[in-house]
Amino acid sequence: MGDDIAMQARLLLEDGTLFTGKSFGAEVEKTGEVVFNTGITGYQEVLSDPSYCGQIVTMTYPLIGNYGITRDDFESVAPSIHGFVVRRYEPVPSNWRAQTSIGDLLKEYGIPGISDIDTRMLTRIIRHHGTMKGILTTSSKSLEELQEMIKATSINELRNQVARTSTNHIYSSPGAKERIVLVDFGAKSGILRELTKRGCDVIVVPHDTTAEEIRQLHPDGIQLSNGPGDPKDVPYAVKMVSELLGEYPIFGICLGHQLFALACGADTESLKFGHRGGNHPVKELESGRCYITSQNHGYTVTESSIAGTELEVTHINNNDKTIEGLKHTKYPAFSVQYHPEAAPGPYDNSYLFDRFLEMIRNYKQENPQKPRQALIMAAAKGAR
Amino acid sequence: MPKNNELKKILVIGSGPIVIGQAAEFDYAGTQACQALKEEGVEVVLINSNPATIMTDTNMADKVYIEPITLDFVTQIIRQERPDGLLPTLGGQTGLNMAVELAKAGVLERENVKLLGTQLTSIEKAEDRDLFRELMRELEQPVPASTIITTVEESVRFAEEIGYPVIVRPAYTLGGTGGGICADEEELRETVAAGIRYSPIGQCLIEKSIAGMKEVEYEVMRDANDNCIVVCNMENFDPVGVHTGDSIVVAPSQTLSDREYQMLRSASLKIIRALNIEGGCNVQFALDPQSYQYYVIEVNPRVSRSSALASKATGYPIAKMAAKIALGYTLDEIVNPVTGQTYACFEPTLDYIVSKIPRWPFDKFVSANRKLGTQMKATGEVMAIGRTFEESIHKAVRSLEIGTHRLFLKGADQLTQEDLDRRLVQPDDERLFLVAEAFRRGYELQQIQDLTNIDWWFLDKIERIVEFEKKIASESELTQETLYEAKRMGFTDRAIAELRNQASFSEHTTEADVRSLRLAQGLRPVYKMVDTCAAEFEAITPYYYSTYEQENEVTPSSKEKIIVLGSGPIRIGQGIEFDYSTVHAVWAIQKAGYEAVIINNNPETVSTDFNTSDRLYFEPLFFEDVMNVIEEEKPVGVIVQFGGQTAINLAAPLKAAGVNILGTSLESIDEAEDRKKFEALLSRLEIAQPKGSTVTSVKEAVGTAQSLGYPVLVRPSYVLGGRAMEIVYSDDELLRYMEQAVQINPQHPVLIDRYMLGMEVEVDAICDGETVLIPGIMEHVERAGVHSGDSIAVYPPQYLSDTLKNKIVDVTIKIAKELKTVGLVNIQFVIYKDEVYVIEVNPRSSRTVPFLSKVTNIPMANVATQCILGTKLKDLGYVDGLWPESDYVSVKVPVFSFAKLRRVEPTLGPEMKSTGEVMGRDQHYAKALYKGLIGAGMKIPTTGSMIATVSDKDKEEATQLFRGFNNLGYNIIATGGTAQALEEAGIHVTTVNKLSEGTPNILDLIRGGQAHFVVNTLTKGKEPERDGFRIRREAVENGIVCMTSLDTVRALLTMLESINFTSQAMPSVAAAK
Repeated sequence: MGDDIAMQARLLLEDGTLFTGKSFGAEVEKTGEVVFNTGITGYQEVLSDPSYCGQIVTMTYPLIGNYGITRDDFESVAPSIHGFVVRRYEPVPSNWRAQTSIGDLLKEYGIPGISDIDTRMLTRIIRHHGTMKGILTTSSKSLEELQEMIKATSINELRNQVARTSTNHIYSSPGAKERIVLVDFGAKSGILRELTKRGCDVIVVPHDTTAEEIRQLHPDGIQLSNGPGDPKDVPYAVKMVSELLGEYPIFGICLGHQLFALACGADTESLKFGHRGGNHPVKELESGRCYITSQNHGYTVTESSIAGTELEVTHINNNDKTIEGLKHTKYPAFSVQYHPEAAPGPYDNSYLFDRFLEMIRNYKQENPQKPRQALIMAAAKGAR
Repeated sequence: MPKNNELKKILVIGSGPIVIGQAAEFDYAGTQACQALKEEGVEVVLINSNPATIMTDTNMADKVYIEPITLDFVTQIIRQERPDGLLPTLGGQTGLNMAVELAKAGVLERENVKLLGTQLTSIEKAEDRDLFRELMRELEQPVPASTIITTVEESVRFAEEIGYPVIVRPAYTLGGTGGGICADEEELRETVAAGIRYSPIGQCLIEKSIAGMKEVEYEVMRDANDNCIVVCNMENFDPVGVHTGDSIVVAPSQTLSDREYQMLRSASLKIIRALNIEGGCNVQFALDPQSYQYYVIEVNPRVSRSSALASKATGYPIAKMAAKIALGYTLDEIVNPVTGQTYACFEPTLDYIVSKIPRWPFDKFVSANRKLGTQMKATGEVMAIGRTFEESIHKAVRSLEIGTHRLFLKGADQLTQEDLDRRLVQPDDERLFLVAEAFRRGYELQQIQDLTNIDWWFLDKIERIVEFEKKIASESELTQETLYEAKRMGFTDRAIAELRNQASFSEHTTEADVRSLRLAQGLRPVYKMVDTCAAEFEAITPYYYSTYEQENEVTPSSKEKIIVLGSGPIRIGQGIEFDYSTVHAVWAIQKAGYEAVIINNNPETVSTDFNTSDRLYFEPLFFEDVMNVIEEEKPVGVIVQFGGQTAINLAAPLKAAGVNILGTSLESIDEAEDRKKFEALLSRLEIAQPKGSTVTSVKEAVGTAQSLGYPVLVRPSYVLGGRAMEIVYSDDELLRYMEQAVQINPQHPVLIDRYMLGMEVEVDAICDGETVLIPGIMEHVERAGVHSGDSIAVYPPQYLSDTLKNKIVDVTIKIAKELKTVGLVNIQFVIYKDEVYVIEVNPRSSRTVPFLSKVTNIPMANVATQCILGTKLKDLGYVDGLWPESDYVSVKVPVFSFAKLRRVEPTLGPEMKSTGEVMGRDQHYAKALYKGLIGAGMKIPTTGSMIATVSDKDKEEATQLFRGFNNLGYNIIATGGTAQALEEAGIHVTTVNKLSEGTPNILDLIRGGQAHFVVNTLTKGKEPERDGFRIRREAVENGIVCMTSLDTVRALLTMLESINFTSQAMPSVAAAK
């Protein structure tokens, strides 16, 4: 043991703030949007959550790596973050499930990591100035050069990552109960896990799957997944949702929630520094109950844009009062901004999946033939 | 949900005296609760028998009753006050037990009082082992195989079935009293027999031992709308097997992945929901380090010691929120007072690591069994905050004030390997240091893990600390990088100097050298805020900790500031009384227009509530840490006289560093504390003191003792609180003392004083340098020789003549003026043959300040602080001399925790042994004493049995006393000698066998609960007096009052005679002629 002779790493922010620390990941250079997550546990899930694609993630909890890395806790096949920032990196994990360390994982996937910097200071900068771009590097380039590289990276490019994190091919996870088409915009494994746990027959489709293609799968319901970036970067998905609205029960999560809102005519906007952590209180307006939720989003549905749509706000954040849940007043469709699949975070909200399945069952009962009939009719029309 | 407007008046129950397992944390909780309720316009009625608390200040509640927390008294108060609701969940186990008693006696129903916070059924489900296991079964929460037994035989049968080791837990006892892990039948029989006696319902739980698993705790809150949150989770350094109150604990958990964390979180929420608790709750788990298997160990349906720790660790004020919830508010509508903009319905997130280390009383109780198990033994605790475990644990270690400031224990290197291994396996209070020692000896981490079961993660950090120590010691020139890294790991300048000096090549390095080197490199700590949210939101809490990082968050303030040093962990001799004074000092400073800054490290206290001061620095009371804060804050001055000996000890080094010490000068402090200077002072003032002198060799000691005449009082110099102090009666005893108790040489002299067996009197005075205000004189029931903290103190004096009072007042004024006292001074006197002798002067706030403040109505710490800040007593309307005495009589009765400390001698002597105190107050002395004794936990039947074994020299005096008890209808039971003496005096007595005379003997009688009092006085001569010791231990372990001073017995008798009727035959007619 003792201290390893670690390579120096630097994190430079768009505003010129420089942090110098030790490298514990791949010896590479990456630009990204610098964000922070306040979860004390759950760094594995954060690392592997596709919604963080293109972002340099800072953990506010200072000791990271304590329980190592286990494949079991991954939220995707491969991590897609652009950098990992911690106060103290723990290379020697202690947990019965640990298979490897974060350092090895980052190296394997070519992701830079920096430790031994004042992460609380970094967090406070982001809180004050809002999310900004940054570059994480182990090179010895001059600050001017690095600043140029930051400038050369467009924020849109960094955020528009849905295509990169979504599955390229359709695949199924068979089950005996409701058939759910899960549209993958960069879905966390947790969503699939919750659906299969309930016996659903899940078909996962790529982000750019059209409404027509989905119809052909004869789903009982449609699950819109989470994903990285700005919902307005995926207009085709908005189109798909608006076409299927009313035809199938829909449940949107995170990016899926924002797409649902856009599809219903509402608008979205970016938050100053986002909500990322496992301790956010969300109030269910109908019951007045407050739930602790897992969150990871930089955009939110604009409150003033709801008026005039057929949407109703069902949940709000109890702290900043932003919209956290919506439902359609006519059609069987609802969405939440937070993560009922947890991972990481509290399990308090998994009841929403039950609610979705209940909605599907009710809808089927009330409209026994409708979906199939519509499809057959449409097919027949085309053949004519 | 808006608040319930039907609750206009609420009765809050406090936790009573400080005992092991129930300490200052409930003053913190109770104070917060009272404040929160008052904030809402509710009328608050408080009952607590403990005067040394902030919560019993009359401004904390609308009505404060300092009365015994017993069914009778509480019922009376309920009838008098007619509260709408009763809030018992902030008064620890005492409060909860009282609520159960009130409910069962039908009082709550009859008087129409709503039980708030938790329902009776919930308390029972959480506390009754059977109902608890039933509930866990319903909730599908695993518990270890266990059974409830009421007899020893049942326990043996069950243990044979599930296999040893097993854990014994008596039902409804504090801090696990009487419990333990048993490896075999013999141990089991012994433990269960005691456990059944301790349990008020005669029940014990016998449980399969899960020792060795990870121990994890969750602090949970719930409101009436079923909103639930986890405030904090914590992981114990010590695996299951050591009581959580005796465990080193870190927050948050370190080795749990999110899945494990969430699994236990969900279980905690399920439990609090099932128990329907509206308020706070604590759930303890054991987690298998090799699987997802976990067990629920315990649930506390109330605010607990862990909640206080969790509140300080996160900044989230649990008790305050619990009080608001009790009024009907829901978490989502209560503003988070830390941020001022978010709400209480969220889960705090930490960006630092908190370490808690218990403070044990083994420095005082040298003979105590130091092994740690399911019986809690610590009297207090320290908490430290850092950005790494290494930094955090280092800070916690130096907060302990146990003579070390790093993971190094003097003498540990002398242990044989066998001893070291044994002590790694069987935890005691020093295990943390022994783990470090093992690493120093080259043990492999795995080897230590096998011995201790401590998680790899913690051991790895300790190994790194030891490795780094080697690095510091081995560099030929201390590099900037190493110094920086060392500071980031929490090494003190002193530690670095010590380590540098281990190297043969280097020149001698001092703490000051390291400090200047460090400052030359610009290496200073920064201060980060504890904000509940890891900087996600702007926070407004003035609550800081130091660390070596880049950004400093303390915003400079232009106001003049004064720093008050706190008193650190609660220990015997330095308890909650000092925190009381600290808090009052802060209030006075603020009122005077300054900003008050507190430095303290005790998570249980009101002083470390971030609402108390303008700025709270949660830091060790160690020179370097204090100096860093001073450099950051640049105060006008520092006040040391309220933080007990801890703060006083810092005065000299701070002064030397150029810090302005406010109040009584360092020179005067030294004059009072240094024996020689003190003697000179008294003779200059022509004040009498017991003759004595300082000796530096055994020979000199014997000579001095002989010339003074036995008995003499011996003690090492410059040690306070009566440590290692003894009364010796002969040369032999003196020689034994010299050999066993002290090191004697010219560097470590020993003081020998003539011992005067007289009445002890104590005075606290306030002085502004000119005027001396004496709020009151307290007379001790026990004669000199019993430590003043262990004596029953009476105000106003009952037996002291006016002449003596005047003399005491004169002497006090003289001393206070001569010392140019500015602030408080405490003086102890002995009255011997109508002469007043001064035995001790403490130039600081004392243990009796809260008691005296309450009974005299003079806010002493406040007035003293005003004096320190320059106000003159005359301007406040005070004049020289004794304040008019009150019509009411108040007694302060000490409370002990002997039952929890095996092998500790319960005899009262010059060493302080009590952990807490209660107050009894009434118009008559006897009634006040009755209340005091009842409040202290004594059961006083109007008639009963009393066991008497007294030494020969006490027989005459004792005979008179026992006659009195006999007249009251008490049955006196005595062994041979005493029985004979009593019979000869014509007192009816039942003779019982001595230990050597076969069974049934005196111990069987005590065990069988056949006596209500045991009177046992020490045979002078101090032979390892086994019989007497066993009798005393047996009594305290069986919860029977054991009196070792005839003065206490006399007070009891006087009291009983006053409040009871005695029967006397009529005088014969002939005699009337």
